[in-house]
Amino acid sequence: MSSENGKRLLETDAGGLNFEATELTLGLPGEPRVTSDGGAKLGSKRGFSETVDLKLGDNNREVKLGHSLQEAAKSPVSKTQVVGWPPVRGFAKRGKKSCKYVKVAVDGAPYLRKVDLEIYNSYQQLLTSLEDMFSCFTIRNYLNEKKIEQVNGIEYMPTYEDKDGDWMLVGDVPWQMFVESCKRLRLMKSSEAVGLGLTTGPKYSSTN
Amino acid sequence: MEPSELKRSKDSPNSDESTRRSSFPDEVLERVLSLLKSHRDRSSVSLVCKDWYNAERWSRTHVFIGNCYSVSPEIVARRFPKIRSVTLKGKPRFSDFNLVPENWGADIHAWLVVFAAKYPFLEELRLKRMAISDESLEFLAVSFPNFKALSLLSCDGFSTNGLAAIATHCKNLTELDIQENGIDDKGGSWLSCFPESFTSLEVLNFANLSSDINFDALERLVGRCKSMRVLKLNRSVSLEQLQRLLVNAPQLAELGTGSFSEELTFRQYVELESALSNCQNMHTLYGLWDAKGIYLPALYPVCTHLTFLNLSYAALRSDELAKLLAHCPRLKRLWVLDTVEDKGLEAVGLNCPLLEELRVFPADPFDEEIIHGVTEAGFVAVSFGCPRLQYVLYFCRQMTNAAVATIVQNCPDFTHFRLCIMNPGQPDYITNEPMDEAFGAVVKTCTKLQRLSVSGRLTDLTFEYIGRYAKNLETLSVAFAGSSDWGMQCVMGGCSKLRKLEIRDCPFGNAALLSGLEKYESMRSLWMSACNVTMNGCRLLAREMPRLNVEVMKEDGSDDSQADKVYVYRSIAGPRRDAPPSVLTL
Repeated sequence: MSSENGKRLLETDAGGLNFEATELTLGLPGEPRVTSDGGAKLGSKRGFSETVDLKLGDNNREVKLGHSLQEAAKSPVSKTQVVGWPPVRGFAKRGKKSCKYVKVAVDGAPYLRKVDLEIYNSYQQLLTSLEDMFSCFTIRNYLNEKKIEQVNGIEYMPTYEDKDGDWMLVGDVPWQMFVESCKRLRLMKSSEAVGLGLTTGPKYSSTN
Repeated sequence: MEPSELKRSKDSPNSDESTRRSSFPDEVLERVLSLLKSHRDRSSVSLVCKDWYNAERWSRTHVFIGNCYSVSPEIVARRFPKIRSVTLKGKPRFSDFNLVPENWGADIHAWLVVFAAKYPFLEELRLKRMAISDESLEFLAVSFPNFKALSLLSCDGFSTNGLAAIATHCKNLTELDIQENGIDDKGGSWLSCFPESFTSLEVLNFANLSSDINFDALERLVGRCKSMRVLKLNRSVSLEQLQRLLVNAPQLAELGTGSFSEELTFRQYVELESALSNCQNMHTLYGLWDAKGIYLPALYPVCTHLTFLNLSYAALRSDELAKLLAHCPRLKRLWVLDTVEDKGLEAVGLNCPLLEELRVFPADPFDEEIIHGVTEAGFVAVSFGCPRLQYVLYFCRQMTNAAVATIVQNCPDFTHFRLCIMNPGQPDYITNEPMDEAFGAVVKTCTKLQRLSVSGRLTDLTFEYIGRYAKNLETLSVAFAGSSDWGMQCVMGGCSKLRKLEIRDCPFGNAALLSGLEKYESMRSLWMSACNVTMNGCRLLAREMPRLNVEVMKEDGSDDSQADKVYVYRSIAGPRRDAPPSVLTL
């Protein structure tokens, strides 16, 4: 995933930069380096003459051609991102905390709940969690009963409202796309859904 | 396989004097040598005399090949007829960071073909940074009836279909360990390919994969593999599912949890805690993806006997870590994210006196806006509380010479010191001086140092220190450092035990490269990228040292005379024939 970040710098994604503009220098800015030929020469291939500032967040990448050698010397390489640096393997986004809370309504339940979609990694996890969450309502009444798989034995169709305000069946799009576009969830009683012609199941079902 | 190691026993008899040596049946010699496990000892033994060489080669069952291109499979098979276990490493380490072109090589298939012919009873294959296709995995699965253990670390080129082939055909499999690979995850159905009659699995690690697996199949598999001791789940396995697995596998010694974050009812939490507390043998804990602090107490019963805790997927805060570590007095190895900050590291120093290894990874390595993470203060705090530290990997955004000097004074036993100050070329942030004295202190104080990674602003003085003091150094990683050729020359001249040197973005040129002429044959490899080495310098090296392979990787659009990336390694197999067009062998 993030191991691609470094690669992007050299691809044409980076706003049509020519190669020279992205070259980076070695060693200390402002100091001429002595090469093996004996003469001092500012590394023509890799001068600090331009630095590139890339913001690798979301989809907006600003590319600014920067500084002269002198300016770069003030904040040495801090604004430069380099291929393969820092040397972390592709798990750079380990444990990044973010949250996306959405309301969950269940037909017939007296109140709504909220879940954080970011803590799940698949439809299966989400749906299992919702089952647990809403079976609680009935469990409260039967104190020592085991958890029941479907609330009251009635089937529910999981639906969600997307960014455009449309009500969609959960499971058709890849998980991440769903997380990004989902605004709220509704577990709709299947009996209500029958008339809507929602007979085929979702593409991304939760089991293999 | 280190043919140029010169460790001759002074009293070695040779076969010409066989009449004079005491009779020592070959079988006895082989029996004695079969007890030798270390491949370095075995290399030394094989150099004593011809008889010992033969006895050693007949008794060797495990071969370790640190660079797959240093030798050919035919040569290996000719020398060692009885191999049952192979460890192979392929690409240069910097391939982990995208510095090596994708089709570079290190393909396992040619090796498998030879092994199928010469080692039909092969049991174990451990690969690191090799390319392996699904076809190769299928070939492996059907060619070796006794195959037991497959470990793939940082490999690529395969998909879950290959894993399905392994699960389907390897009836005697004890170990399937898939770590940090570039795997094409096509879904979790491969796990269901283990037959219902299959019970031998002891190690299962699929943490690397992201797809959902069929949990029922997994539950049944774990239930019937009573010898399972290592189980590392992937993120799709929930806490509730984890509890169900643990109930059937209390014998586990190493556990990698799945996601540690869903909402649990109170009863579920209690059941989880109870299942964990039954795992009396557990000494290693991984995973804990997205761990929520409130559920960590479920781990307390396991923590008391934990020796290795890997929290590098759980972005814990300092207080959450502190509470957890209060229950982990026996910890020897700890991996964390820098979200725990210095305060969290203080807790490490306070609670884990037996700690030998600490790794602190950056949660957001590419984001410069972060002002948290860890600093020199955290590292110093750990050093005061953990004098037995030997291995450290530390990513930070600021460091001082004084702090490092204090750290090594507290912990003189470092064997592995890898410090990564994440801004390239950054000086001591208080004095604004280079970090030379820091690494000088490290090499002067830590006489047992084997591995060193340097960072920050460094002049040639750092390398003078390294060359002068780091006499046991075997692996050195350098980036954005040094002032001139002299730096590298000091290292090449002074570090007699150096085996692996990897350099990027440093002002070292041909003089530096050529100063190591005499040395490269005693090393495994040299990597230099974005330095000042030219093609002529490389050609000269290749000409002078015919037993070295000198490879140059060219980047598009670069100057023809510059050698952008150079990889030099010793080889008895000659130049390789499978190099892609972007790799020139000189």
